[in-house]
Amino acid sequence: MRTEVDSGTLQRIREQAALHFDQLGMPTPKLEAWKYTNLAPIAKVAWRAGEAPPRPAAPHLLSLSAHAAVELIFVNGRFTERHGKTPEGVRIVRFADAQDDPVFLRHFARYADYREHALTALNTANAEDGAFIEVSPGAAVEGFIHLLFAGSGDEIVSHPRNLIVVGRAAQVSIVETYAGSGRYFTNAVTEIVAGDGSVVDHAKLECESLDAFHIGTVQVHQERSSNVTARSFCVGGALVRNETNVALKGEGASLSLEGLFVLRGTQHADNHTVIDHVLPRCESHELYKGILDESSRGIFDGTIIVRPDAHKTVSRQVNKNLLLSETAIVDSKPTLEIHNDDVKCNHGSTIGQLEEEPLFYLRSRGLGEEEARALLIHAFASEIVDRIRIEPVREQIRRVMLQQMPERLPERGGGTR
Amino acid sequence: MSLLEIKNLQAGIEGKQILKGVDLTVDAGEVHAIMGLNGSGKSTLANVLAGRPRYEVTGGKVTFEGKDLLTMTPEARAREGLFLAMQYPVEIPGVNNIYFLKAALNAIRKHHGEEELDAMEFLQLAREKMKLVGLDDAFMNRGVNEGFSGGEKKRNEIFQMAVLDPKLAILDETDSGLDIDALKIVAHGVNTLKSEKHAVIVITHYQRLLAYLVPDVVHVLHDGRIVKSGGKDLALQLEQKGYGWIEQEVAAAAR
Repeated sequence: MRTEVDSGTLQRIREQAALHFDQLGMPTPKLEAWKYTNLAPIAKVAWRAGEAPPRPAAPHLLSLSAHAAVELIFVNGRFTERHGKTPEGVRIVRFADAQDDPVFLRHFARYADYREHALTALNTANAEDGAFIEVSPGAAVEGFIHLLFAGSGDEIVSHPRNLIVVGRAAQVSIVETYAGSGRYFTNAVTEIVAGDGSVVDHAKLECESLDAFHIGTVQVHQERSSNVTARSFCVGGALVRNETNVALKGEGASLSLEGLFVLRGTQHADNHTVIDHVLPRCESHELYKGILDESSRGIFDGTIIVRPDAHKTVSRQVNKNLLLSETAIVDSKPTLEIHNDDVKCNHGSTIGQLEEEPLFYLRSRGLGEEEARALLIHAFASEIVDRIRIEPVREQIRRVMLQQMPERLPERGGGTR
Repeated sequence: MSLLEIKNLQAGIEGKQILKGVDLTVDAGEVHAIMGLNGSGKSTLANVLAGRPRYEVTGGKVTFEGKDLLTMTPEARAREGLFLAMQYPVEIPGVNNIYFLKAALNAIRKHHGEEELDAMEFLQLAREKMKLVGLDDAFMNRGVNEGFSGGEKKRNEIFQMAVLDPKLAILDETDSGLDIDALKIVAHGVNTLKSEKHAVIVITHYQRLLAYLVPDVVHVLHDGRIVKSGGKDLALQLEQKGYGWIEQEVAAAAR
């Protein structure tokens, strides 16, 4: 089934991707998939690649090196540091060093679509660095792997590219963090291959500088009976597009897709998900929540496709949004495309303000209005944050969230843990 | 100075007048029962006193220890020592029961210039009060009222009351839907709070709670006014004879 590959393959793919990008151009709101997001502010900047970064003097604020099994840090898209020891059963190779690797070549660019998706084409043509992670069949990887992408400076573009190949019945947790300072542009693509019966927990924390642009695609390919949890936390960035696309291409695969976006100021974040049920007996559970304050704009645009052969599909999609100001806007567009009758699917979406009843209840016990509001906002977010199993990751994400939230929260927050 | 003085209170909701001139004085150390049919204004009175939004006060005056209650925010009323045990306690998933209560108690203590309790001190207090209402430790780490049964919610209200130690507790139909064991627990919780410094207003349809929580005064609320007040026997009379005779009395007086 596999096509023969050699090092020339990579070059050919990259050339093709460049051609596709030239033909496609930057997407515009005329395209249905981009109807809520205008990339004109990105298109008009003369972006350049960053210089080779100096080794930073102090550890990065969002480094998890004290907790992660292994952490790789990239600055402006280029590898700078590695902390910890690669766990047993795992191979981690820099993208830049993987170009002759047969496993890498077998999977690279096979899942993320560079023919139709312009930004993926741009990444595929221009990617310089990132991580290639291979987990051996049967390996249960201890701890978690952290990839930290830091942007730094103005008018600098980077195209981080990651490939995660998880062998059959293996288990791994991987966290990606995007952060930085300046008016830079990150255009990231991560491809994940979950082999037969594997268990993959992937989380992406996007907390870029509030002046930065971020476009990121996480593309997941699931084989038979694999179990994937893909989480997306979106806190930073001026203009952000987060795509998570999952193809359930093996029988009995299950997926949990979770997302939370917390926006304020004039931030714009477009969360776009596609779950493609191709084969029978797969399950997908999707929960996305948005918290929007001031004049921010958030989008949840989630599509679930159930193909004709995907009998016994179970799929549930929920999007809940909390508006904290009169000028914040959220668009919620849940879509089901079902092409056979033998399925259990439902979806729903809500947009609302903080409810009066719980607010009054808390205040009637003596809590001030601000503190009561903060507790309720935090509670709304906790439904997603509390699901993160790795404690240091959960607490880091909680901390980053709380900084973004409008009301100052009391010490320790109010989660149910 | 009385603890609570209500003078000619008029209030309603969504433009509908419900309280049409309530007069009531409650002194520290007293237990008052307010009885009446559905729609007589019992819950409106409780909610107006606690400051629930959307209720509009259209006339009258309420003082709490001499201070104007009606201009205070709900949290200010709580900090001054007023507590409403709600008829329908709301579920708040994601807000930890015990964390929330600690924050509430410390907000009240701070208001009175008292030291805030630390986690250990609070836990000790909470454990003691939970025992009083028969809640086990598992309740501490759940969301506020999240997944609680009706009886558990009411007991949680009494637990909160016991921890916050208010000067005036208003129980809004806390007895509704409780079995006799839960009823005894609630009454025991309130009786433990009772002292010469504390007052309780019990709003109820039925006499059965009053068997365990003996009122000093019983009031009958009818069509937005207190039309009759008496001793504890009045509750028994209402239980036996219903409210018809009160309505006749009111009608006769109006003629």
